[in-house]
Amino acid sequence: MSHHIVEARNLQHIYPDGTIAIKDVSFRITHGESVAIIGANGAGKSTLLQHLNGCLYPTSGQIRIGDTLLTKSTLPDIRRTVGMVFQYPDDQLFMPTVFEDVAFGPLNQGLSGSDLEERVTEALTRVGAEHLRIKPPYHLSGGEKKRVAIATVLAMSPDILVMDEPTSGLDPFSRRQLMALLLEFKHTKIFTSHDLDMVLDLCQRTIILHNGMIMADGPTDEIFKNDTLLAACRLEKPLSMQGCPLCSADCATKPGN
Amino acid sequence: MKPINAAVVDLKQLDLLADGDSSIHTLDSRAKVLVTLVFIVSVVSFDRYEIIRLLPFFVYPAVIIVLASLPPLYIARKIALVSPFIIMVGLFNPLFDRDVLYQIGQVEISGGWTSLFSLLTRSLLTVSAAFILVGTTGFTAVCQALQRLGTPQIFTVQLLFLHRYILVLADETDRASRARELRSCGKKGLGVTSFGSLTGHLLLRTWLQADRIHTAMLARGFTGRFHVSRQSCFGANELLYLLGWSLLFISLRTATLSDTIGALFS
Repeated sequence: MSHHIVEARNLQHIYPDGTIAIKDVSFRITHGESVAIIGANGAGKSTLLQHLNGCLYPTSGQIRIGDTLLTKSTLPDIRRTVGMVFQYPDDQLFMPTVFEDVAFGPLNQGLSGSDLEERVTEALTRVGAEHLRIKPPYHLSGGEKKRVAIATVLAMSPDILVMDEPTSGLDPFSRRQLMALLLEFKHTKIFTSHDLDMVLDLCQRTIILHNGMIMADGPTDEIFKNDTLLAACRLEKPLSMQGCPLCSADCATKPGN
Repeated sequence: MKPINAAVVDLKQLDLLADGDSSIHTLDSRAKVLVTLVFIVSVVSFDRYEIIRLLPFFVYPAVIIVLASLPPLYIARKIALVSPFIIMVGLFNPLFDRDVLYQIGQVEISGGWTSLFSLLTRSLLTVSAAFILVGTTGFTAVCQALQRLGTPQIFTVQLLFLHRYILVLADETDRASRARELRSCGKKGLGVTSFGSLTGHLLLRTWLQADRIHTAMLARGFTGRFHVSRQSCFGANELLYLLGWSLLFISLRTATLSDTIGALFS
């Protein structure tokens, strides 16, 4: 029995205004997998992600984390198992200092004293943000906020890490740093992102959502080689697979080509 | 808009002060809440014309500010922010109550002016006590103390969320008014009509943002119970703190101590 498995069966979500955000979505993500859920704007990525730790309930269908079916009674356990990092760190950081913010989850789990101190320090050290512990979150840069937001989740020792657009709004250096950090994690990881180069580097498996339905589910490199599929889902190949436009132009204009 | 942004940072600063490790900071939050309550009740229960007997009460904020190393100028600035509202409340007292209460040489002081100054003094004392409480305890710990003292959870959680909502609202107001200002070209924009729409948008945006923050709290195990990282229990120090201050306030209120001090000087 493993808590690291995420399974969705015939998931459907209809918002109160009648918008069908996801329909008949099924997948199974196993222990240690790193999976990207990609798609155009409005494809249903964030809605799907919010089902994974019970922020939203499905209109029909099921979510299972390990052997546990997501219901109101299993919610506390599932929220401890599935750590969710939100797209905007400002939504996630609400306490007066970084330390208190990272301590919020462990305190709710009943930790106190030296255990709490140890857990917070470990999480902050892991994301390289130990020096920020006494700072107020609103004084941090975008990259620092993202790191601290990840630490707030790591401090709860989740088995599964779910991240909504982890690299959005980061400068190239912070993005590289964050990707290196995520590569180190041995958790089951689920990302949504428009940063397809990050997906190529971090995820062995990719699920494409289009109009709330799964259009493809398979190895990332195979999916990114399928131009027709990408075009149909309003996506483009990662830049690293597109070739350099300047070099290509050079080659084309060289005599003999 | 700078003033809004500065006010938000200032408000958040108050919570940061609570991270200190002075002898006052480390006391159990219940003792501090109870002392503040006794202080406020003692101060507000004086007669509306009382000023002189209120003055010894300034010893409490002064001592706590020194012991807890709180920045006095910051606290004074916070109180100054509130004073216009207090003045507005008592503004018409001098007009309606013209009976002469005191005569200093040729100067006659009416009951209206006396009650206005009394109101100001009492407000200075009570507002400073409230700021000092949050500055030495933190808002979450104050809510936790209220709950542990028997306040129903539904009220304390509402209080905590109201505190958070004010910060979210101020942040959003700052952004929205900056965007409006930048497109108004130094004029009034569309005047009141644009403010109507702006307020509506603000309400919806803050609602959504507050909802996202609440979701983030739930995702990290929040169940409506308060947890603070500083562990404390109500021991001998707390009992001494509570009894000491309460006895002083009650003595000052019932005039025995001020009479004694007065007798010493006469």
